[in-house]
Amino acid sequence: MAYSEKVLDHFQNPRNVGEIENPDGVGQAGNPKCGDIMKIYLRVKDDRIEDIKFKTFGCASAIASSSMATELVKGKTVEEAWNLTNKAVAEALDGLPPVKMHCSVLAEEAIHAAINDYLKRQGLPTREEESHDELVDHHVHHE
Amino acid sequence: MAGQWRNEFKNSRKGQSEMSRQVYLDYAATTYTAPEVVEAMAPYFTESFGNPSSIYSFSDRNRKAMTKAREQVAAVLGASQDEIFFTGSGTESDNWALKGTVWKLAAKGKDHIITTKIEHHAILHTGEFLQRQGYDVTYLPVDEEGRVRLEDLKKAVTDRTALVSIMFANNEIGTIQPIAEIGAFCRERGILFHTDAVQAVAHVPIDVQAMNIDMLSLSAHKFYGPKGIGAMYLRKGTRIENFIHGGGQEKGRRASTENVAGIVGLGKAIEQTASRMAESAPRITTLRDMLVDGVMKAVPHAKLNGAPSGERLPNNANFSFVGIEGETMLLDLDRAGIYGSTGSACSSGSLDPSHVLMAIGLSHEQAHGSLRLTLGEETTGEDIRYVLSVLPDIVAQRRAMSPLWEDYLKGLQKESR
Repeated sequence: MAYSEKVLDHFQNPRNVGEIENPDGVGQAGNPKCGDIMKIYLRVKDDRIEDIKFKTFGCASAIASSSMATELVKGKTVEEAWNLTNKAVAEALDGLPPVKMHCSVLAEEAIHAAINDYLKRQGLPTREEESHDELVDHHVHHE
Repeated sequence: MAGQWRNEFKNSRKGQSEMSRQVYLDYAATTYTAPEVVEAMAPYFTESFGNPSSIYSFSDRNRKAMTKAREQVAAVLGASQDEIFFTGSGTESDNWALKGTVWKLAAKGKDHIITTKIEHHAILHTGEFLQRQGYDVTYLPVDEEGRVRLEDLKKAVTDRTALVSIMFANNEIGTIQPIAEIGAFCRERGILFHTDAVQAVAHVPIDVQAMNIDMLSLSAHKFYGPKGIGAMYLRKGTRIENFIHGGGQEKGRRASTENVAGIVGLGKAIEQTASRMAESAPRITTLRDMLVDGVMKAVPHAKLNGAPSGERLPNNANFSFVGIEGETMLLDLDRAGIYGSTGSACSSGSLDPSHVLMAIGLSHEQAHGSLRLTLGEETTGEDIRYVLSVLPDIVAQRRAMSPLWEDYLKGLQKESR
């Protein structure tokens, strides 16, 4: 198996799975054609991620990346959560196989989408997504 | 003897996993080598190691063993032994058939091959290579059960068509093609007909005469023989170019010092497996149908991919479970000691899901959620019951965390309103 113990652990026992009722922000990334979709639910209190839940359709690394990303941003400020990079997610999982790096990008994108949804609901200006073209090539593969 | 492999396999895995039960359901990927086959091969590694090309009597036993193996293959195919040529694999045989044919016939203006969209990569990638070399290749579509339509073949034929290459049975969905009809048509039109029968040989009846097959590829490790040895049936008088150049082995048709032990193993395996066909095909079909019925009952919104029982390989089951991704399912099954495969892109390292599942009209979502389970000699009713006790929960658990499944259910609710 090309996966690290940590990936397998988070895949087999994913943390923060589920939904939040009346969330403060919801975001989604990925598309079914490519075989992975991540949906993130946020509860924000006093500018902190008080609770976070996810639902993911995808391979083991997509599920593990979602699980790890939610762990990493829980309790952080919105600013800190925004600054979570896909690299940090992958590193926290003791690495992902090169062909699976896009899964960690998806986690970052889903969190960004949820934060922007939160900002929008608050009447605050949303933030710009940085591009990850080098890793997400295949998301436009079928277009 | 039959249980020996199973016990060894189980013992080798003990201690590595909390689960003691091991259920191998990937026989289409490869089979174990039957103990009787290993036994038959053994002397040709040690005491009888002579080069069959050496004229001394020491190599007589090897030459005889190869002739016997050729006869064993010929008997199963309805061919004669001088029409059987040993190769390194099914892939090599496929390469030989396609390249050897156009290399020979292009000079006569025959530079067109007709094949299908659901072939193994050994054919598809060879076809793409030949296209880059300037040859013309047509890839026929298939119906939603994976069958080629004869009308499509008829329409695709031109004056330049050298070869029709259509697989006997599909490796992913198990669909068996109307080979006799295709063979009769090709014979009538004077076009060579090759079939990649790697999944079919020794598992379903094949008669190269009755089916008008000119070339056929087979591989030993799909019928309880060793890996690294295959064969090509080449009808007498069929002129194609060689693929492997070198010495004069295989009557000058395929160079390389013969893999004598492998050839002996292939012969023993094809004879033994084919001789059990009448007994094992119905047994495996019954188990497969039990698996399919059980899964379709226990898993909501499951889809069986491929043709109905009777028109597909006895051992093949291929499902799509919308809402979950194949690699996830394989790893969950692996944890439970069950070994299968998927057409999902994520498991293959490539980015697109299975070309076969796409060709039968599945959506990306359905193809990503596919699971292939292929049964074999050692599969028992207990194994199937175990799979049925585990698989529905795995699907349900992963669906429960899938936003795609959530959307799918919402879509259904809308439809029913």
